[in-house]
Amino acid sequence: MSPSTSAQPEAPLIEAAGVVKRFPGVLALDGVSFGLRAGEAHALVGENGAGKSTLLKVLTGVYRPDAGGLRLRGEPVAFGGPFDAQRAGIQAIHQEIGLVPLMSVARNLLLGREPRNRLGLIDMRALHRAAEDLLAPYGVRIDVRRPLRSCGVGTQQMVALARAVSVDARVVVMDEPTSSLEPREVETLFGVIRDLRARGIAVVYVSHRLDELFRVCSRVTVLRDGRMVHTGDLADLDRLRLVSLMLGRDMAEVRAEGMTKFSGDHERAGDVPVLEARGLTRRHQLDGVSVTVRPGEVVGLGGLLGSGRSETAKAIAGALPLDAGTVVVAGTPLRWPTTANATKAGIAMLPEDRKAEGIVPALSIRENIALAALPGLSRAGIVSDARIDRIVGTFMKRLRIKASSMHQRVGELSGGNQQKVLLARWLATEPKVLLLDEPTRGIDVGAKAEVQTLIDELAREGLGVLLISSDLEELVEGADRVVVLRDGAVAGELTGDQVSEQGVMAAIAAEPEPPAAAGPAPGDEAPGDGAPADEAPEADPAGKDEN
Amino acid sequence: MAEVTASPWAGLDRARVLAWLQDYGVYLAVAVLLVFNAFFTPHFLEVDNFRNQLVQVTPVLIVSLGMALVIGTEGIDLSVGSVMSMAAAMIALYLGYGLVPAVLMALLAGAVSGLAGGSLVAFVGVQPIVATLALLVGLRGLANVFVPQLEDFRDPALLSLGGDSVLGVPYVVLVAAAVVAVVGFLVRRTTFGRRLVAIGGNRRASELSGLPVKRVLLLVYMLSGVLAAVAGILSTARIQAADPTSLGLLMELSAITAVVVGGTPLTGGRVRVAGTVMGALLMQLLASTLTKHDLPSSGTQMVQAAIILVAVYAARERMTR
Repeated sequence: MSPSTSAQPEAPLIEAAGVVKRFPGVLALDGVSFGLRAGEAHALVGENGAGKSTLLKVLTGVYRPDAGGLRLRGEPVAFGGPFDAQRAGIQAIHQEIGLVPLMSVARNLLLGREPRNRLGLIDMRALHRAAEDLLAPYGVRIDVRRPLRSCGVGTQQMVALARAVSVDARVVVMDEPTSSLEPREVETLFGVIRDLRARGIAVVYVSHRLDELFRVCSRVTVLRDGRMVHTGDLADLDRLRLVSLMLGRDMAEVRAEGMTKFSGDHERAGDVPVLEARGLTRRHQLDGVSVTVRPGEVVGLGGLLGSGRSETAKAIAGALPLDAGTVVVAGTPLRWPTTANATKAGIAMLPEDRKAEGIVPALSIRENIALAALPGLSRAGIVSDARIDRIVGTFMKRLRIKASSMHQRVGELSGGNQQKVLLARWLATEPKVLLLDEPTRGIDVGAKAEVQTLIDELAREGLGVLLISSDLEELVEGADRVVVLRDGAVAGELTGDQVSEQGVMAAIAAEPEPPAAAGPAPGDEAPGDGAPADEAPEADPAGKDEN
Repeated sequence: MAEVTASPWAGLDRARVLAWLQDYGVYLAVAVLLVFNAFFTPHFLEVDNFRNQLVQVTPVLIVSLGMALVIGTEGIDLSVGSVMSMAAAMIALYLGYGLVPAVLMALLAGAVSGLAGGSLVAFVGVQPIVATLALLVGLRGLANVFVPQLEDFRDPALLSLGGDSVLGVPYVVLVAAAVVAVVGFLVRRTTFGRRLVAIGGNRRASELSGLPVKRVLLLVYMLSGVLAAVAGILSTARIQAADPTSLGLLMELSAITAVVVGGTPLTGGRVRVAGTVMGALLMQLLASTLTKHDLPSSGTQMVQAAIILVAVYAARERMTR
């Protein structure tokens, strides 16, 4: 698909044409075109690894494209760095970027263009007055002499926005601007965006919250796997269509079952849940999520990026401090939610970020596998090498880990084999519940099939499995039941025949109806409606693109 | 065949050479120095000389082993020299009650200061270099408050600990050998050792795997403190005096040098016990060789600096491979 070239009166304010950006081993952007018109709010959406972050960095001068280029009002430009982009009027608002936390709000707002008195010193009184004037339209009423650091995150973001706009911005890039804002602040932000548009400033709006997109944005560009898959007016899309574009599952061509290695349903060994998570709540991230897993059951956790899937798994594993909620393993509540206690209770979590949170790259396969099960493989703190060798040998054979020997460093293995090592690490602890966060991401097809078969087998043996996957097909075929999350709350649960790709997408895309949903669903307004929301969507993790 | 002489290194993988150098370079260097001394240093091969060298290396060696554990967790312990002075002060204060109470108090002081540093690192989240720097400054000050000036003893038990031998092996060397054995056992055979290395290799992954990360860190710093106290006790026994002002000065740097030269990377995730022993021996041999051949101490320091640079270079190149 090409950018909608249908009768456009005005030339795009800024345009990326056929942009290619390569990183070692990854093609982050593969000929992406993107146009931004004056006075529009343009939603940029896509799942993990779609290339959003990379595209934003190209637009803001952080990266230089390997091929293709940028045009500013029709003129080709090449930004040498973020500074050039800023001078061209392209301002990016990230929470932390570009501000000096220890300086006062006023100094931050007018950094580099402070009013001076006759001696060439900063005229503090004028500075503070000017700062107050600048902030007034943003609904922020604070003492501008306070250090920025002492303000709330929302206020800091407003300061960043006010500064960006006051420096003659033509394009404002907002990456997940509402992820740490209170509902009232979100409303203010939306008001500001309307003002910006009225002044002819274009806004690039990146968010995973569909409600927000439909309220704020007029056009949308969908990226997937480094390619532009759709661009056009947002009003032409319904939510379901948008979700299917993001996830890459065309409604018409959902393939027949059987492409993955999952066999489908499992016998349930018993009715006492092996895992019960009740009302998991954490500010801005989780909003009363409850999930139940029975022995022998694979429960899928569906939802878009940033819907709280990983956070739910982490919370269950004791790796995310909670404001409220309990985790019950096989009838026994976890007293003190730490990873050590969760592990002891029989919870095993395969983290999404294998490199940063999973493997210990410099240690051998053997050491990595034995790591979590050490208490069981030792007596009085002294490890039994024979027992470790035996268990490591067993798992290397069972999971078919390909390596020169069990003493090879894990950092040298392929992604698929690293993932198997991590699975072995957890299986060695003889867990009751397996939390699998994207277990097959970034591993080759063969290993993927093996991991899927293994998940199946483990469930058959009576383990409870919570499966998180952005691959809808994998989710639907692997899971007996799917709990769909949206904005950190449970949006619905699919059982039996409902477990289908359409079903999951429909649940993700559904307009939240407060009484029907399982969790306290966030309030919502129809697109374009400017009335303040009673309870705007609140939860969102710091889930950012990975590329 | 003649064409191959263009570069003798051409056939060798550079990364593998560096890896080998990091792992075994220290053994090679020690061997070279031994051979050199055997030929060119008079009296080098005499038993007395060996005994002397070993006695002299003991404090650094013991402190280095604790340091190696801390560095294995991606940390560092700058407080070791001051802990030594604190141990000396404890000996001075409690020797009146007998040697055993005095030694126990000194060890306790080491454990407590390690507990303080470890708590700051594990629970408060202070960077190791900052937490132990605070102890480096504070502990020596405290030791000086307890024992303001050099205090010498005439205690027969202490004299015996510092000077006597069994079967020709001085007690202090025996203690050092025992420490080497214990630390080696800890690293190789215990859950504590495995966890320590995993935490240094990837702390987040260790946490998510349910490891008691904070407990392990606390223990590591306590061990380092206790070992530094042991070194302080032995040094005090050897010189028969408590000298909190200068005992253990710059010991942290000697220890870090021995650890790094011995092949333990500063980035953590690995502890080389034998390598650390060799690293300490190398620095000792180097100093004595240069002294005996009438090179000024400034020359010694520059050669030491060169060796550290080579060790760090080998380690870094290996990381970025």
